Amino acid sequence: MNLTLKVWRQRNASDKGGFVTYKADGISPDMSFLEMLDVVNEGLVKKGEDPIHFDHDCREGICGMCSLYINGRPHGPKRAITTCQLHMRSFSDGETITIEPWRATAFPVIKDLAVDRSAFDRIQQAGGYISVNTGGVPDANEIPVPKPIADEAFNSATCIQCGACVAACKNASAMLFVSAKISQLALLPQGQPERYRRVQSMVAQMDAEGFGGCTNTGACEIECPKEISMTNINRMRRDYFTAKFFKEEEIR
Amino acid sequence: MSSFTKAFSSTLGKKLIMGLTGLFLSLFLIVHLIGNLQLFKDDAGKAFNEYSYFMTHFLPIKIISYLLYASIVLHAVYALVITIHNKKARPVSYASYNGAANSTWSSRNMGILGTILLIFIVIHMGNFWFKYHWGGLPYTQYEMSLSNPSDVKVTNLPISGEPLIHAEYVNTQTGREVLVAKDLYQVVVFSFSSLWYVVLYVISMIAMGFHLYHGFQSGFQSLGFDHTKYKPAINWLGTWLFGIIIPAAFAAIPIYIYITTLNQ
Amino acid sequence: MILDSKIPDGPLAEKWSKHKFNLKLVNPANKRKYTVIVVGTGLAGAAAAASLAELGYNVKAFCFQDSPRRAHSIAAQGGINAAKNYRNDGDSVYRLFYDTIKGGDYRAREANVHRLAEVSVNIIDQCVAQGVPFAREYGGLLDNRSFGGAQVSRTFYARGQTGQQLLLGAYSALNRQIYEGKVKMYNRHEMLDLVKIDGEARGIVTRNLITGEIETHAGHAVLLCTGGYGNVFYLSTNAMGSNTTAIWRAHKKGALFGNPCFTQIHPTCIPVTGDHQSKLTLMSESLRNDGRVWVPKSREVAARIRKGELKASDVKEEDRDYFLERKYPSFGNLVPRDVASRNAKEAVDDERGVGGSGKAVYLDFADAIKRLGKAAVEAKYGNLFDMYYQITDEDPYTQPMRIYPAVHYTMGGLWVDYNLMTTIPGCYALGEANFSDHGANRLGASALMQGLADGYFVIPYTLGDYLATIGPKPIDDKHPAFAEAKKAVEDNVKKLLSLKGTKTVDEYHRELGNIMWEYCGMARSAEGLTKAKGLIAELKEDFWKNARVMGINEELNMSLEKAGRVADFIELGALMVEDALQRAESCGGHFRVESQTEEGEALRNDDEFAYVAAWEYTGDNQPENLHKENLVYENVKLTQRSYK
Repeated sequence: MNLTLKVWRQRNASDKGGFVTYKADGISPDMSFLEMLDVVNEGLVKKGEDPIHFDHDCREGICGMCSLYINGRPHGPKRAITTCQLHMRSFSDGETITIEPWRATAFPVIKDLAVDRSAFDRIQQAGGYISVNTGGVPDANEIPVPKPIADEAFNSATCIQCGACVAACKNASAMLFVSAKISQLALLPQGQPERYRRVQSMVAQMDAEGFGGCTNTGACEIECPKEISMTNINRMRRDYFTAKFFKEEEIR
Repeated sequence: MSSFTKAFSSTLGKKLIMGLTGLFLSLFLIVHLIGNLQLFKDDAGKAFNEYSYFMTHFLPIKIISYLLYASIVLHAVYALVITIHNKKARPVSYASYNGAANSTWSSRNMGILGTILLIFIVIHMGNFWFKYHWGGLPYTQYEMSLSNPSDVKVTNLPISGEPLIHAEYVNTQTGREVLVAKDLYQVVVFSFSSLWYVVLYVISMIAMGFHLYHGFQSGFQSLGFDHTKYKPAINWLGTWLFGIIIPAAFAAIPIYIYITTLNQ
Repeated sequence: MILDSKIPDGPLAEKWSKHKFNLKLVNPANKRKYTVIVVGTGLAGAAAAASLAELGYNVKAFCFQDSPRRAHSIAAQGGINAAKNYRNDGDSVYRLFYDTIKGGDYRAREANVHRLAEVSVNIIDQCVAQGVPFAREYGGLLDNRSFGGAQVSRTFYARGQTGQQLLLGAYSALNRQIYEGKVKMYNRHEMLDLVKIDGEARGIVTRNLITGEIETHAGHAVLLCTGGYGNVFYLSTNAMGSNTTAIWRAHKKGALFGNPCFTQIHPTCIPVTGDHQSKLTLMSESLRNDGRVWVPKSREVAARIRKGELKASDVKEEDRDYFLERKYPSFGNLVPRDVASRNAKEAVDDERGVGGSGKAVYLDFADAIKRLGKAAVEAKYGNLFDMYYQITDEDPYTQPMRIYPAVHYTMGGLWVDYNLMTTIPGCYALGEANFSDHGANRLGASALMQGLADGYFVIPYTLGDYLATIGPKPIDDKHPAFAEAKKAVEDNVKKLLSLKGTKTVDEYHRELGNIMWEYCGMARSAEGLTKAKGLIAELKEDFWKNARVMGINEELNMSLEKAGRVADFIELGALMVEDALQRAESCGGHFRVESQTEEGEALRNDDEFAYVAAWEYTGDNQPENLHKENLVYENVKLTQRSYK
């Protein structure tokens, strides 16, 4: 396959950046999208040019590091996969492919196609945990959890923190991510003691990071590589409103 | 900041206001439509004028109507605030963007649709609501036979002369029930006899259909209401009742009146 | 050097509790006067950083990824073992201990493994309390499955992503401590050297991967939790960034390297499709519960399949060789990983391999679909089948899967004593980065167990003993050792950036991988290993002449990052070959063709090789010194593994 790539190049956070066009020739349809970029980069290095920087690590769709916005969609045209699981057979010979970084105020570009997603870490640091120390916990089977609840908590927990939801959302809203994190713990009995404190502090941090608000377009759940559902967002809303309007405890 | 101010200044709280006002406005549409359907009655506007009087003079309705005006303002203002906030969240837009792949057109264009509706509401209220309240409308007298309900005598009362007031009584001499009412109906018929006005209404109603197709179910979500058992019903209502039937019924009125005036 | 494993006296089952009592404690008021450096935030690192911070120590944690949650522990699929005996099927701490020792082919320490089995039960409790959504039954209690051929059901799991769920649990505990200010987290930082003062570890040198800044960090102890080094083979199931640099630089500073050649090769991976391949994808071992492994009986049929003239489903039953079932009638397709891998390689070497490259065997579900129905197979393996389809564009419901072994885990690592301390005082190694618990072969679902055991339940005790000994005096970060180490790192970076040859770093990495796979992979021989030694030496020389590294230090520069890592892999590769050469026996994943039974199975030589090979660095291009820690088995009897 021979392809034309329009790639966003930006030296660092303060550089203005712009698109550069590259030829990717002799690409095998069996390559993954990132392997195609590897090949392009090898060619660039051979020519003495700076390779295209993109984030990637596990290359099996679980670490959440890869984050390319391909032809107008996060992680490219296929459903329920990450960029590293996208294969070149999903494109046609001669196609022009536009590759951009995630775009959001809260995700500043570091270099080329890599963005800083530490806002996600900070949101979780604000309360995305159950405050238990190592040791001194009850036996694992002491508290039964109904299977449907455990399964639903697991569905929320499958989030890989890639940020595709933010990238897809026209408002650059992080609510699918934040609500998945909140939901997982809000559903489980272990998460109940801090349930209403958690939702308030995490939402406050989410807003402080400069993400947009949710307008229920549903783009996030369509583009989520782990198919996390918008039900999580509504669950977060219920908990948040309950906390703010009906609970007497104030958070720190 | 109190818990409430914090709540309402959060991204979730702002949308809660959008959802609450939006759903309230949607609900009002039903009432509004029922009233407007009186226009299809071939009674020289009697039922419609009665309805207009009731809506503007019955105290609970009056209170609700002020809530309604506040809702429109809040809904519009918060829409603006939210839109500005959301634009700030992505200052650099994508060079290639394929929104159609993951969301409906109306969900991505609520701002434009809403702006059309706001302009429409201003024109609509200026033309009818303002005129009804302060526009010096003509009065019409309806005299209905007590024995034969289809026997109605309609008299347009002259504008000049003493100021008229709304009145309902039974004239024992003629044996007729008399209604003297502000004749909004005449204004409506006059307005909808002009084609551009009808076109404006139809376009606005299409915009409303799209706005509500997304907005109705979205409003429930903004409230956090999401239940596998009820969601299909909400989506059905949002699509059929609020997205299609109500806007279509509203749009049918100017078209109907336009066509009937054409024949006269 | 005498290697003191510091294994406590007394009966096996009491060693750990007795040892815990004998360890010194740090006064609670003094804990905040200590700083502990944790490198790597996978299961071991995140668990250790969080647990130590909870105790009151100040922790500085480092990871090269953009978030601690992306460490490669995240990719583990199958599950985590624990001797809970929730199934009432005869499991016990002793049985888990025994299975692990036997699975490791009697090359692991009894005391360490028993401790691992003991704390395994606490791990599950801890994770559940953190909100890890393990699979449950309708009664609300935890579900278990049998895994990796174990005779009991002791594996806890969270669908196909147990690793991610456990890591998220540890990461959440870490986040809590970051928020409390007890952990200072450094993302996108790579450790490039260890700082030693008076022979003890007192800090590290890091490179900020975004700005290129070379920084030094001081601490009372350094914990290396940096995972395995499988990427020395270029193609492995490891993440692209997984590397040996942290432990290799510590090794060069004096930490002995234990059993470097012990590599686990996992049988069920998706085969290589071409030179462009950047990594291999593992598919859960559970597939072998229902899939049947086969190749054509004759080379002719295999050749026709490779050319695309014949489809797998068209091969007649009598033309198929279900070689695992044929050779191991009692275990069949469920033989341990090393055995399954080696047999696949044999079939391929016999030119009976399938797929375009010929380097694959079939894993066939046709019988399972016939027996259980497509729906049942889909319910069990649907996500794996989808994954296979995504990657290969072939439908495993109609055509058998093609699989081939791939490097998956490295049992070797820095040598540590019972306290997880390396031979450098104050420098510890946890999780896959150390050599300690899996011997010559790791059992399925044991890696997660070990990482968390080390991080949550071992290091919080053993580190205190060391810290109490050295006292809470602040570390002098003006000590010349810091400046020296920093200078050395800067010089190395400069040297790498000055490489302006013709070959990319990836090309060297691929070449190294080919050498390692060919000569130090599934089957190793004295002849091949000797040859590999020469090839690696040549490669190293060529690298420092002809490699091409782009850009400057003061930027995000993946070319520079890779160059440093590949340079270390080349040196490590040489040591692995050396280690494989000296160990003239077969054991677990280490198969020396010279040492096999008549049936071609791995043949151990306990009289000569029942030891841990711990290697001491002596200088650039100098042969390393071999030290031996003899393994003493007081509780289990060494036997030949048999799966016939």
